[in-house]
Amino acid sequence: MDDINAIAGREGEVFVVELTQFSGPLDLLLSLIRDEQIDIQDIPVARIAEQFLKRISTLALDEAADYLEMAARLVRIKAQMLLPRREGDEAWEDPRAELVRRLLEYQQVREVVDILERRSDDRRNRFARAFLPQNLSSPAPQAAALSLSLPELFAAVDRVLRVARKPTIHDVVPRALDVDGAIATVRAVLQMREHARWADVIQPDAEPWQVLSTLLALLELAKRGELRVQQSRPFATVEITSETASEAA
Amino acid sequence: MKPLAKLLEAALFSSAHPVALSDLKAMVNDPEVKPDEVTEALNELRHHYDDDEHGVELIEVAGGWQILTRPEYTETIERAQLAARPQRLSAAALETLAIIAYRQPIGRAEIEEIRGVGCGPILKSLHERELIEVVGRGEGMGRPLLYGTTPSFLEQFALRHLGELPRADELAVALRDPNASAGGQANGQTEQIRELADVTTR
Repeated sequence: MDDINAIAGREGEVFVVELTQFSGPLDLLLSLIRDEQIDIQDIPVARIAEQFLKRISTLALDEAADYLEMAARLVRIKAQMLLPRREGDEAWEDPRAELVRRLLEYQQVREVVDILERRSDDRRNRFARAFLPQNLSSPAPQAAALSLSLPELFAAVDRVLRVARKPTIHDVVPRALDVDGAIATVRAVLQMREHARWADVIQPDAEPWQVLSTLLALLELAKRGELRVQQSRPFATVEITSETASEAA
Repeated sequence: MKPLAKLLEAALFSSAHPVALSDLKAMVNDPEVKPDEVTEALNELRHHYDDDEHGVELIEVAGGWQILTRPEYTETIERAQLAARPQRLSAAALETLAIIAYRQPIGRAEIEEIRGVGCGPILKSLHERELIEVVGRGEGMGRPLLYGTTPSFLEQFALRHLGELPRADELAVALRDPNASAGGQANGQTEQIRELADVTTR
């Protein structure tokens, strides 16, 4: 959405949702109060809470925790205002007092922001000697001219090449898996008996490619519905059951 | 111009940042020159720039003196890409900076309490722009880092010193003592409500 600048933090650990229009829930609240021309000391909490909720949902901001926290606070104050007050209840304090204090404090901050903004605009419009804005990377330092003769360069290259070892190159021989062969083996074993174990379909000294072939064969046959593979717990032996056998049983 | 004013002009021209008066005096290092004479010479230089309508002017900022270009030439210079204005700070960053400027030393939790939003990434970028620095550690839980503004903050906001910002009680929205004003208001309203309650029960 255009209203929202969602910027993932540089380390990807913080996620900042910032409205270009509002710098926070207090800012939004103040703008509502201004729009409605309400006395800040006497906020109709029910109305403002409703408007606040409406605003944050139309702005698709409801996922922003800070705004939600303020919404929850407003709803709580609204509930507190509704509580019946007994006569002579000394301890009663306006539940809005804390919110009013925070709003006034925030307004004060906004006022200082205006002052700072004017000041910084004034300064931005004047350049100092060789003033480099900090967000621009400084130009690369001028490279000093190399004082080097051609024979010196050759000698250096020679030195580097002599030290460098010859790269060892490995030949990777593709060893195709024999899944079809493994399928035949598994089928043959299951024809002899209905239940088998992993150890029955693979030789103890099998090579990795044979283990992989057998595993793929088992999975393939299980997919085709010829057998069922079970394992009671991780790393336990694999129980293979012929599917025709289980149907008969 | 007097020789002293010319020397100061050369010194200020050679520096990219404001030069403190004490540093200028140390540079002059002449027992014949009285301390006041340096200030006088600086004023002479300033008037010289103003009276002869130079393209630069002498400004007192961040506890020192600096030669800056006049604002009327900024756009032309920038268009020619000879210099660029630094980026504006976001409203959120300015709010955070305003709070730190007035309440320093201040911890992150307190800033977030006032703003009502998390400030972690903003504090980081203000720190990167050298506008704030860690000035100590608080007493509370986890001994939180406390932040304060830097000399660079004064420089970038054209302030001679922090005292140039209006005092908190001079702001339009006066908030003298947070507890006193909130408590007093609440009590006043409590009185009113209690009277109303009395009337209705009678």
